[in-house]
Amino acid sequence: MPTLAQSDHMLPTSTPADPALRPPARSRLRRLRANRTLLLMCLPAIAFFLVFAYLPMPGLYLAFIKYNYTDGIFRSPFVHWDNFRFLVITGDLWRLTANTILYNLAFILLGNVLQIFVAILLNEIRKKWFKKLTQTLMFLPYFISFVLIGLIAYNILSYDYGLLNVVLKAFGADPVKTYSNPHIWPFIIVLTYLWQSTGYGSIVYFAAIMGLDSEIVEAAEIDGANALQRIRYIVLPWLKPTFIILLLFSLGGVLRGNFGLIYNLVGANNTALYATTDIIETYVFRSLMNNFNFSLGSAVSLYQSVFGFLVVITANWLVKKLSPDNSLF
Amino acid sequence: MDAARARIRTDATSIAVRSFGYLFIGLFALCCLLPFLLVIGTSFTAESSIAKHGFNFWPRIWSTFAYKIVFENPDLIVGAYVVTILLTIVGTALGLLLVAMTGYALQRPDFPYRNRISFFIYFTTLFTGGLVPFYLLMTQYLSLKDNYLAVLLPGLMSPFLIIMMKSFVRSIPHAITESAKIDGAGDFTIFVRLILPMTTPALATIGLFIAIGYWNEWYHSFLFLSPNMQYRPLQLFLYTVITSADYIRNSAAASNVELRDLPLESMKMATAVVATGPVILFYPFVQRYFIKGITVGAVKG
Repeated sequence: MPTLAQSDHMLPTSTPADPALRPPARSRLRRLRANRTLLLMCLPAIAFFLVFAYLPMPGLYLAFIKYNYTDGIFRSPFVHWDNFRFLVITGDLWRLTANTILYNLAFILLGNVLQIFVAILLNEIRKKWFKKLTQTLMFLPYFISFVLIGLIAYNILSYDYGLLNVVLKAFGADPVKTYSNPHIWPFIIVLTYLWQSTGYGSIVYFAAIMGLDSEIVEAAEIDGANALQRIRYIVLPWLKPTFIILLLFSLGGVLRGNFGLIYNLVGANNTALYATTDIIETYVFRSLMNNFNFSLGSAVSLYQSVFGFLVVITANWLVKKLSPDNSLF
Repeated sequence: MDAARARIRTDATSIAVRSFGYLFIGLFALCCLLPFLLVIGTSFTAESSIAKHGFNFWPRIWSTFAYKIVFENPDLIVGAYVVTILLTIVGTALGLLLVAMTGYALQRPDFPYRNRISFFIYFTTLFTGGLVPFYLLMTQYLSLKDNYLAVLLPGLMSPFLIIMMKSFVRSIPHAITESAKIDGAGDFTIFVRLILPMTTPALATIGLFIAIGYWNEWYHSFLFLSPNMQYRPLQLFLYTVITSADYIRNSAAASNVELRDLPLESMKMATAVVATGPVILFYPFVQRYFIKGITVGAVKG
């Protein structure tokens, strides 16, 4: 999901603090009626988020019980913090947090740097057909499903038939067992992410460069600035605010893993790779679909939501300090 | 100016930077294309050749056998196409209407509840109940297991799309709404008659985001549609073919092929080509709407 920065304020900004200023009940009813059409237009969306986003929230109570199917939610024993204690003692929580955060940091930092790099180089290209063609090709991976991405990875990495081993064998080297070697997976996952998202992500930066006043660039050229100097002293400083804001926004989601990507790349039950590839989402998914341990899964989700919430608040506080117009609330 | 510019950009550094740009961008674009050619190439390779030489871009021994088997029993893949096309059409039409309606109402400066409702929607990106409660809600309380609605409903809208619609609507002067109100038009009439026609580029962009979401949808299908369902959405169908050799065996059982002769590997690739090909051909035409969508509302430097 691309980051979208909006400049309007999402939180209620003006609630009259003084109760005397609040309209009396009857006029509130009148206000409700005066806006009934607009309210009705919002009603489907309100119902949608109420059902699919808010109704599951109380279900996080599962994190504090030892859920079993026969007793259901209400009669399963209440176990306080036992599920969390279990996650800490087994080291699962630490591993999941570290993997999730490290992958996201790599995605965000390397992703943005590569996107800026590509946008700047695209801007240097003069031939229109070349620009159009390459942009279309770089966009291509964004349009395909994660299922196909998983198949492409298998096409390249499979031990028996994969292109990588075909090439290695052709050069007389030993084939590699990619799917049982956990150490190379961080590179594979990050490379695949960059492959998939760079063309798409560079659009924002490319658009920002387009917004650069061409007179400044021309003046610099007349003063004898070469391409590197133009990039170093005009384009990069111009992109800096965009970069910082996008960075902070994505940092807000640092605890939300890219489930589709990792699940399809690694495969459903490849336990040999869990040490380096298991993230919060894949763990919760397994606890639901394979182990039927609903309580552990919910405990991890609750931890993720609370911790993630604090991260967003912090990131937003930073955005607000740097650029009040762009803060979310 | 152009002449001066042309002279200026011919210094050695600028030429080097530009050449590097062509080289890097060209190679990167090639890297984005090659994996697709690999899948296509493998799908046309005879299984015996795969077993001996592995996957390659150019088949050593050509064969359309995999495609023949995929289409031998076309019922499943045609069914998958029909399900996905129906989900995409219904979901996009309905989702687009709801997103546009909500986005417009929430952008109206004279709508007193706009901030509260916006926050109600936005909060769902900050805090979630997680997968397990969502799954229990869908399966046990809403009884949507093995129901296409379980795939259709969750994809209808997202806070991101509503925010995007709001940014688009913001560029339309509120005076237009106001003057229509003075002429006695109701809010919904204004939305349908005035706002919708003025936001067609926005609707195209948002509609494409929703449509691509449904076309590539795999997650909710995987969660809620069990193997009992005969017709699965396309991506789930592809996933099943890729991950389970048994599934290929069963689906080919109707044909007269010996089990040991089944082209397991090339069939995965052929299914992928059949499932993805048509959309990939479609996409260069819709790409610009995406570019517009990403740029709108993105931070301006």
